[in-house]
Amino acid sequence: MIILFGMPVVQVLLFGFAITNDIKDARIAILDKSNDYMTREITNKLLSSGYFILGENLDKDDQIDKVFRKGNIREVVIFEKNFAEKIEKEKHAAIQIIADASDPNMANLLFNYTRSILNDYQRQLFKDKQFPMQIQTETRMLYNAELKSVYMFVPGIITILLMLISAMMTSISIAREKELGTMEILLVSPLKPLQIIVGKVIPYVLLSCVNAVIILLLSFFIFGMPIQGSLLLLIAETVLFIIMSLSLGIFISTVSQTQQMAMMLSMFALMLPTILLSGFIFPIENMPVPLQYLSLIMPSRWFIIIIKAIMMKGSDIMFLWRETLILVGLTLFFIAMSVKKFKVRLA
Amino acid sequence: MPESEQIAEKRETIIYVRDLVKRFGSFIANDHLSFDVYKGEIFGFLGANGAGKTTAIRILCGLSTPTSGQINVAGYDAYLETEKIKQNIGYMSQKFSLYEDLTLEENFTFYGGVYGLSRKQINEKTKLLLTRLDLLDESKTILKALPLGWKQKLAFCVAIMHDPKIVFLDEPTGGVDPITRRQFWDLIYEASHNGITVFVTTHYMDEAEYCERVTIMVDGRIDALDTPANLKKQYQAASMNEVFLRLARTARATGL
Repeated sequence: MIILFGMPVVQVLLFGFAITNDIKDARIAILDKSNDYMTREITNKLLSSGYFILGENLDKDDQIDKVFRKGNIREVVIFEKNFAEKIEKEKHAAIQIIADASDPNMANLLFNYTRSILNDYQRQLFKDKQFPMQIQTETRMLYNAELKSVYMFVPGIITILLMLISAMMTSISIAREKELGTMEILLVSPLKPLQIIVGKVIPYVLLSCVNAVIILLLSFFIFGMPIQGSLLLLIAETVLFIIMSLSLGIFISTVSQTQQMAMMLSMFALMLPTILLSGFIFPIENMPVPLQYLSLIMPSRWFIIIIKAIMMKGSDIMFLWRETLILVGLTLFFIAMSVKKFKVRLA
Repeated sequence: MPESEQIAEKRETIIYVRDLVKRFGSFIANDHLSFDVYKGEIFGFLGANGAGKTTAIRILCGLSTPTSGQINVAGYDAYLETEKIKQNIGYMSQKFSLYEDLTLEENFTFYGGVYGLSRKQINEKTKLLLTRLDLLDESKTILKALPLGWKQKLAFCVAIMHDPKIVFLDEPTGGVDPITRRQFWDLIYEASHNGITVFVTTHYMDEAEYCERVTIMVDGRIDALDTPANLKKQYQAASMNEVFLRLARTARATGL
């Protein structure tokens, strides 16, 4: 009953709120080399537009790379030295906009917003000062200069497939044993519950690993998706995510008695939120605040950040320890919950 | 009958239950059950649906925890030594529980492995039991293809494959034709003859006659426990069926 009536409500709300491609509150960083009245005015205009919030103020060029690798800054705006002075004397000055194009749509949108705000300012300036001048913008799309959308989809697809295979298949296969009654026989046998579970899980670990490798190979050779960071780290994080999904699958199977229920649970309670709330397609910044909080507990959100960072930005564990820790934490949480639920004694 | 008492005294107790209580919330599924089962006997556990038979059997197998009471199975305490109990029992549930998409042989191999039998023991046992069932030619058949009666007999053989001290059968003959049921009981007799204690629940009263001693459960209580002959005498009934009906009429939930 809860599934029948709860699901549509959840789905409609999710789709309605989460699926917007508009941008608001994107985090940007400002590197203001001149810090005069004009650059401050422009900064204020950007930040008061509602599209952007200030993530960080930078003061050196070499910090740019670092903030991008950390992953929460979407765009950096750089003012050249003596900005106001140059405009007044030379009639033009330059602003550099660097966007994180590992999410190409988002980068494009952000760039256009920034651009239009700058144009506005230029027009206003022109009115006030009555002389022709120009703010030149120079753009760099970082990590994905060609704005290929495959770069965005591959990490998401890896995530969803691993989740599907690991979580759904494990939960269904365990529920199947329950349904057939073979689980009872196994529980009566001298086998320890842990042995039963490990036995059920191993085939899916192997399957998931093979699948992950296939997806990576395809994206590398066919779509030319780069792997900038360490392959070893990428594999390690993938295995971590697989283990996480498996423990989630086991958890689902401990709460569901039939295959059908396990299927429904993984489909509706897992897959859709994973697709919608992980930031895979729809940027998390744009969601209403409660959904943003909800997305914090979506394991896929963290995993997508991790693989994007490793593959496209070449980040190493120093930048990703937080996300990794969250995945480890979620894994432990699900294992603990399953152990609590999955008792040797069934009732 | 003094004769049966004499036998009882001589025999070794293998299942010892005193004041077993199992509650599910306010519902009492097992209300102070007390009984002994002796080594090598066929002990029948009778009752209508919902009388608490399955609950009791699950507790004895370690699938469920009792609320209170003293229970000892095969010499081990049911609270503390469930792992040791599991080594020494076989279990066949109401639901058919072999793997339908494996062959007969593979099922034996799998369950033999689960109980830690060696490859050699497994092969010997498989051959022995399949010969007994006249199914040796079918050893490579996928289980799905067999009729239910055969499957039930196979499930029984798998349950006693590791020579347990006790085998628990929870309504093993549900949905099986009378001839196959007869054959099934032949298997039970053989197992009992080989020293395996058989604890069987059923609601077929004709099967109750095959047991050495039976208990009749009504509403979670044990209302009678004796040999079928004594029970018939006590309730002045011609058959176990009549005994059962007489007892069941007192039930709260008269499902009959």
